[in-house]
Amino acid sequence: MEARKKSILVFTMAGLAIAVALALIISPWASSSPDGLEKVAEDKGFLEQAEETEPIWESSPIPDYAVPGLTEEAVNEETGEVEEEPTKLATALAGLIGTVAIFLIAWGLALVLKKKDGEVKVQTSGGPAA
Amino acid sequence: MHIPDGFLNTGVSVATGVVAAGAIGYGLYKAREELDEKSVPMLALCAAFVFAAQMLNFPVAGGTSGHFLGGVLVAVLLGPWLGSLVIGLVLLVQCLGFADGGVTALGANVFNMAVIGTILSYYIFYGIKKLLPKNKTAFLAATGVVAWLSVMLASGAASLELAVSGTTPLSVVLPSMLGVHAIIGVGEAIITVLVVSVVLAVRPDLVKTYDYEIPIPSFGEAEVSQ
Repeated sequence: MEARKKSILVFTMAGLAIAVALALIISPWASSSPDGLEKVAEDKGFLEQAEETEPIWESSPIPDYAVPGLTEEAVNEETGEVEEEPTKLATALAGLIGTVAIFLIAWGLALVLKKKDGEVKVQTSGGPAA
Repeated sequence: MHIPDGFLNTGVSVATGVVAAGAIGYGLYKAREELDEKSVPMLALCAAFVFAAQMLNFPVAGGTSGHFLGGVLVAVLLGPWLGSLVIGLVLLVQCLGFADGGVTALGANVFNMAVIGTILSYYIFYGIKKLLPKNKTAFLAATGVVAWLSVMLASGAASLELAVSGTTPLSVVLPSMLGVHAIIGVGEAIITVLVVSVVLAVRPDLVKTYDYEIPIPSFGEAEVSQ
């Protein structure tokens, strides 16, 4: 039983390592083209409706998947103007922080939701992180 | 397909929000009985993986990108209710933490991706799985087909919400949304089948909906557990 529990933890940590690697290493190289919905909104002329709307929540710690403050000057391919753009590091760090944070939040939530050991029929011992 | 603020009217936001809240509420209730020592770490891992994978936009035709949704993946791994909680949590964190998806559209986004893209898609998967032979190949085929379908259904739901809100006519938005998501859905199917195959190869017991044959434990593990 103990060995089996340990093996799930090993599996989970290996999976988390893959997720972190994807977010940290691959995400800065992901396509920055508009996604399906954004592109359709742009083509069909209703994207402005979102751009004109005042955001209700402005306290996002990491808006647009880029850690604030890490920018560099880059030429906008459409307008030809020089703009401040988030660096690859800003995206990589956003990916790392987000992936680890959501892992911990989800684990915490699951432990809160889970039936406590006293109420359960088959569980043998406390959860690994209890 | 995270809908931003400004695309939906109040009626659509509230209606989808109520259904989404009901589904998540039932998911939280079901989680109490479904969560065990195996599914607690799996739920956390699924949330982390879906969040990371959703950051990886891949290019599709015509200056457009798409990204993974993950609804069918988590439903196949965890079942529909824990799966919907994973997608709901990812959407909540993306909305509040990363300004991705509008706060007023959160209900609609949870409706599209957790209710349609996860729970409804799971039941379609369940139905297809019942009709197919009970083997790994058929299981993975059903997973792939439904992963593609889930993206189509979710983008169809998003189109309908935009049309009902008066943002754009359905005849304009539906074909273009389905058109681009038919390609994005192929990416969804590939990633979903790939990840499920890896988990089936390494730890088939962690794929909750794979209930065909009792997996033979590896030698090392069999010895220790006796």
